[in-house]
Amino acid sequence: MHLMYFTEQPMSAYDEQAGRDFGATALMFSNKHFDPVAGSRLYNEYLEHYKLAEEVGFDGIMLNEHHNAPFCMQAKCNVFASILAAMTKRVKIVLLGNPLPLAEDPLRLAEELAMIDMVSKGRLVSGFVRGGGQEQLATGVNPAYNRERFEEAHDVVIKAWTQPGPFRYEGNHYHHRVVNPWAVPLQKPHPRVWIPGVLSKETIIWAAKVGYPYIALSTEIEATRKIWELYDKVAAENGHSGGPEFRGYLQRIHVAETEEKAMANARQFMWMQGEFTGLAHPVWSSPSGYFTPAMRKAFVEFAVGRRSNPRGADFEDQIRNQQIIAGTPKTVLPRLRRLLEETRPSIMGMWASDGFVSPQDTRACIRLLGEEVLPAVREIGKELGLWSPFEANAPTSRAFPEPARPAGEV
Amino acid sequence: MADITWTSEIVPLASGPLHVARSGSGTPLLVLHHDIGSPERLPFYDALARHHTVLVPSHPGYDKSERPSWMRSVRDVAVVYQALIAEKQLADVTLVGLGFGGWIAAEMATMAPRGFEKLVLVGAMGLKPERGEIADQALLSYIAYVRLGFADQAAYDRYYGDAIAVERLEQLDLNREMTFRIAWRPYMFNPTLPHLLGAVQTPALVVWGRDDRIVPLECGERYAKALRNATLEVIDGAGHFVEMEKPEQLVRLIEGA
Repeated sequence: MHLMYFTEQPMSAYDEQAGRDFGATALMFSNKHFDPVAGSRLYNEYLEHYKLAEEVGFDGIMLNEHHNAPFCMQAKCNVFASILAAMTKRVKIVLLGNPLPLAEDPLRLAEELAMIDMVSKGRLVSGFVRGGGQEQLATGVNPAYNRERFEEAHDVVIKAWTQPGPFRYEGNHYHHRVVNPWAVPLQKPHPRVWIPGVLSKETIIWAAKVGYPYIALSTEIEATRKIWELYDKVAAENGHSGGPEFRGYLQRIHVAETEEKAMANARQFMWMQGEFTGLAHPVWSSPSGYFTPAMRKAFVEFAVGRRSNPRGADFEDQIRNQQIIAGTPKTVLPRLRRLLEETRPSIMGMWASDGFVSPQDTRACIRLLGEEVLPAVREIGKELGLWSPFEANAPTSRAFPEPARPAGEV
Repeated sequence: MADITWTSEIVPLASGPLHVARSGSGTPLLVLHHDIGSPERLPFYDALARHHTVLVPSHPGYDKSERPSWMRSVRDVAVVYQALIAEKQLADVTLVGLGFGGWIAAEMATMAPRGFEKLVLVGAMGLKPERGEIADQALLSYIAYVRLGFADQAAYDRYYGDAIAVERLEQLDLNREMTFRIAWRPYMFNPTLPHLLGAVQTPALVVWGRDDRIVPLECGERYAKALRNATLEVIDGAGHFVEMEKPEQLVRLIEGA
């Protein structure tokens, strides 16, 4: 198994009541509520947490980015990836990921990622996402071409990484007269690409066709199983078998010395008030053209206040269905076993805390995860044959069947 | 106006099929609808059909016209309508552009400076306001955006009632998506249009609702100034959707102009 530590990097130090009064905490919620003094402190706390995660035995650190919202302070995951590339020694730096459609210049992205891969000595996993709905507006990018831009920018990045330049790229949305970046990744054929997602079938189908692992972001077990059914079906149609090395899962999991404390801290997972839960704005989070056409009815009804967020569920439900796991190391393990048995992922992100959980409790959680939960999860993984793409030497993609590894290594 | 009947057809243009509703007889009048699309019938359309051949196409990708996935700009729509006019062999056409449709009409007029009988722009998008802003529908729900276009909310209720059916909401979403596809950036204006308007010789009538909260009145003033042969009429008690709030007044202006 490949076990990663994750935090959304919450910017909890803002006036929560102001968010409630405004009715939304993304996009148009004024950045006068952002406190850079607290921001500086929090960024540095998060760096300490990442260091600790490496120390206690996580295999990877998963990073992401969001824009114009307190629920995630990372406005550019490549910045933290660059810091971690030099600051850590062993962990994979797993970006889940760079929002491709938001890139006006995917070539620049290809260069940045190549630099991170070289500085980290080949520890980069370069995931790509579509970006949240409101982020299309936060960056002025047309939501109606989100998927087209995703696929085209991906094409630019992979070509820039794998084809010797100079050459020309003329797409529908991206036009590069000269592609010849003077920085290419250390890993060959190119760094692994993993694709995270929540509910868009199109993304699952695309990942399965291209042959990238798909990372289900905190979906219910039953929904997760449906994702793998679809993934494996499409994979089979495209000449590969799917299975654990193509499956990842992001689990919200908080452990503490006592049940009560774990449960109280786990409630903070509901703090996230931006894009996906809580105070998501029904219009800004789902601009026309962005969401999956099969969900149009649900999203238009959400937008005019006739139904609840198709992406949301309350805390008790999420505890019941294991979208959130909380407890002591001993009590969380049966639930993790159930997840692993029923959905068989080989890649697992552990999103350990959120909101106002204190730095002390977060550190205690990371330590307990590393010392007591990870070893047991690895054993379960071995027992169930859940070999990660690294352990299984899985292909980088359908187009590049060899496993990614640093140039010069055999 | 029970005597007014409408027929509709799909016109197979080379660029793709186009849905066109038609009624009346007399000099031809091409009515170009808003970004929100159009109800199938409006008292405004019926009133025009009493003295004119009225054609109301659904813009490519809106309402009943299928989406041309290649289309990238409002100017593309204007070119498609030039093709429609040629296909139907229409001459001496009066263009009546409502809001977003006004932008299309203005683009058409610049392409053929002497090509039209009259140009009527009602609350037209297309020009960048210097002081205010064109309302950003991406930040508003489908219903809130339509409501914003009415000065009088009772008028909104008359046309849309208490609860817009979900099918209509889905269509509003599809129309909005098409608007994004062709008018996302710059949003709702064309920076080159002001430089081309001065060549238009077609007599123009620019009409604005005094309380237009979607496109500021200053844009009407700019159109009237940039077009060499234009008059500006401002209608009190109307917002952006003048044809729904003050149809009689608008028809009188069009007939008299």
